[in-house]
Amino acid sequence: MPEQDVAESAPQVVSAFLEQRREQIAQRWADAPLFRWVFTVSRDEAVEACKLVVDALSEVAVSGRLEDVATAGFAPVRDQLGRMAQTRARAGSTPAQIAGEVAGLRGPVIELLRAEFTDPDTPHAQECVLALTLLMGTLRLVVMETALDANADLIERQRQQLLEVATPVIKLWEGTVAVPLIGTLDSARSQIVMESLLEAIVDQRARYAILDITGVPTVDSLVAQHLMKTVAAARLMGAECIVSGIRPAIAQTIVQLGIDLGSVLTRASLADALAYALSRQGIEVSRADAGASAR
Amino acid sequence: MMRPSGQAPATSLPIGSDADLAWVRQQVRQYAAQLGFGLVQQTKLVTAASELARNTLVHGGGGQAEITALDDGRSRGLRMRFTDQGPGIRDLELAMTDGYTTGGGLGLGLSGAKRLVHEFHVDTEPGRGTTVTAVAWVTQVPSSRPGAG
Ligand SMILES: Nc1ncnc2c1ncn2[C@@H]1O[C@H](COP(=O)(O)OP(=O)(O)OP(=O)(O)O)[C@@H](O)[C@H]1O
Ligand SMILES: [Mg+2]
Repeated sequence: MPEQDVAESAPQVVSAFLEQRREQIAQRWADAPLFRWVFTVSRDEAVEACKLVVDALSEVAVSGRLEDVATAGFAPVRDQLGRMAQTRARAGSTPAQIAGEVAGLRGPVIELLRAEFTDPDTPHAQECVLALTLLMGTLRLVVMETALDANADLIERQRQQLLEVATPVIKLWEGTVAVPLIGTLDSARSQIVMESLLEAIVDQRARYAILDITGVPTVDSLVAQHLMKTVAAARLMGAECIVSGIRPAIAQTIVQLGIDLGSVLTRASLADALAYALSRQGIEVSRADAGASAR
Repeated sequence: MMRPSGQAPATSLPIGSDADLAWVRQQVRQYAAQLGFGLVQQTKLVTAASELARNTLVHGGGGQAEITALDDGRSRGLRMRFTDQGPGIRDLELAMTDGYTTGGGLGLGLSGAKRLVHEFHVDTEPGRGTTVTAVAWVTQVPSSRPGAG
């Protein structure tokens, strides 16, 4: 076939080949790791997915835009490729690994194309192989692009999850709640902290709320402002707020920065803050044996 | 004469989002620790960087941070430079006043950052942008307090 009509350009030959050998290519690709790992339930599904990719490649080849990542020919399979990349990314593959898996599709299809020529070493045959190689490289970039997008999505989702996970409000005692803050206290986190703390104050009828910042690495003017706003809001809800865990280096820095935490009740540690809250509520904690021996 | 010290001469970082601010803070902390700054000085440097980088983002509309390791032969230091092509600061003296803010902040970022480092310089032109340069040197006595600049 291809070599009979030498006038046909390499991309056209490749396009016609993809169309004619659609079934064989799809059968081979369905066994390649990429498709096998994504379509784990049914092989038929993998074969169908492979056919769609072959069709898209044929479309791109006939348009002649072999190296254009953004060409319209890829549009029908972009979603599918994106989902595949996402599945691989969720399973722990890096974009580079996914790209490697796409590169693994090249071998089988090149082999089939070379078999089409009685002499695969003629310049024309080589030109066709080169065209298909380029096309497969472009497919790899398309998948890579969607894989990176998928990773960005994943990171964003994890960030959102972290926002919620990292701000638990803990009931320490009847009437006393605490939030151990860990990590960067940006505006989004502060908002969530404030909301969940105020909610807990209402739910638990808390009179004392402890904000522990032992795990906050930097207290700049914005973080300080967030803390002060939270304290003020807690006050409006009828609870007294205690900020604990201000490390010495942070204390020195805050003072030099010019932040006045004078209106905020502070204690060195979470334990000190709890002891304060308990004593204010008339609760005394003592060792059982100490009490016994004193008698 | 100032010259970059051997190990980690300079880094340029984009400032375009909250995540970038976190990255700038982390990089400054890493540089400061490597250069031998004590924990208190590290904390001050990171805090100053946080203030200035946030100003670049919030007031300057984004820009760049440049971190450079210094060595003047006697001691090692760190230079942080924050550059934006934003609106600039019309009245610098006013902006450097404690409590002055045009954006509902505490108004302590610029003036406070200046107190946290040894050398501080603002280069700004209305309509052109702002570059803030802050330098701190490793002080030998761990508890010694940097001057007000
Ligand atoms: N890079 C900049 N570009 C333009 N204006 C700036 C820039 N940096 C600071 N300013 C101006 O200087 C004022 C004072 O800055 P400063 O950092 O001290 O306070 P703030 O950012 O308003 O509040 P915060 O205490 O939260 O930092 C700002 O309100 C702003 O008007
Ligand atoms: Mg500021």
